[in-house]
Amino acid sequence: MARAATTADAFNAVAEPRRRQILDLLAAGERPVNDLVALLGLAQPQVSKHLRVLRQVGLVDVRDEGRQRMYRLNGYPLKPICDWVKKYEQLWSERLDRLDEVLADLKDAEMKDTEDGADGDDE
Amino acid sequence: MAMTNSGTAVVTLPADTQILITREFDAPRHLVYRAWTTPELIRRWWSGERGEVTVAEVDLRVGGKWRYVMVAHGGFEVAFHGEYIEIVPNERIVSTEVFDGAPGAAAVSTFTLTEVAGRTTMTLLVEHKDVADRDAHINSGMEGGMQEGMDKLEQVARSLL
Repeated sequence: MARAATTADAFNAVAEPRRRQILDLLAAGERPVNDLVALLGLAQPQVSKHLRVLRQVGLVDVRDEGRQRMYRLNGYPLKPICDWVKKYEQLWSERLDRLDEVLADLKDAEMKDTEDGADGDDE
Repeated sequence: MAMTNSGTAVVTLPADTQILITREFDAPRHLVYRAWTTPELIRRWWSGERGEVTVAEVDLRVGGKWRYVMVAHGGFEVAFHGEYIEIVPNERIVSTEVFDGAPGAAAVSTFTLTEVAGRTTMTLLVEHKDVADRDAHINSGMEGGMQEGMDKLEQVARSLL
C-alpha cells in the first residue's frame, strides 16, 4: 500500500528494500533505466515509481543521454542516516566488545572447572 | 590468552519501526546467555565505554521485571527497564524495553542465540510502535557524546557521492 509519507525524506525512502537495491546497483555507477529493470526483474512502471521516490528525496539524479534516461546515485542525503545509525552501532560495539571479555573469562572458568572435576564427569 | 575480537556489531533497520543488531561471539551460546542475563556480568558490559552500570536487576521469568541504569561519564543517568514476555533458556528472550527518558515509548525486543561449532550469533531485534519511538530509542544512548568513528563515516558518506 502506498503511503504518502514515505516520500518525505531519505529515511523513509530507503526503508523500502527494492529502493535500497536500486541504490546498491547505482552505487556501482550510472545506469540507464532499462538496466535497472533487467537487473531487478521488476516491471518498468514499478522501477519508475521507485526511482521517482528516490529522486524526490534527492537520492538519485537523472539526465537524458540520447533516448536513454540515465540514473545515478547521490549519496549525500544518506549521510544523516548513516551518522545516526553509526552512533548507535558504536554504542553496541562497545557493549559487545566488553561482552567478549566477559565471555573469555567464563570460558576460562568453565575450562578450569572441567580440569578440576573428575575425569569423564562432563558430557 | 590472546583475546579474540570475534565480530563487529552490525546495526540495520529492516523496517521503519525496527532496529536489528547482529553480532557473532567466539563462545558457546550458554555462556553468551549467562553473560546477557546475570546481573554482575551485565554490570561489566552494558555501559560500554561510557560510564558505570549502577543498577542491573534481572527477574528472569515470564512477567518478571528488569532494570538497568548507567551513570555516564558526564554524570547523568541513562536507565532502561522492562518486563519479560517469553524465555527459552540459552535461545531466546522476548521482553519489553522502555527508556526512562521516554516512558510512553515501549519497544518489544527479541534476543536470539544460535550456535554453530562453538560460535554464537546473537540477534537483537527491537521493534517500536512507530518511527518517532524508534528515533527516541536510538537517540537515547547517545548522550555520552562519543564522536570517534565519525571521521570514517564521513569518508563512507563521501565515497557514495
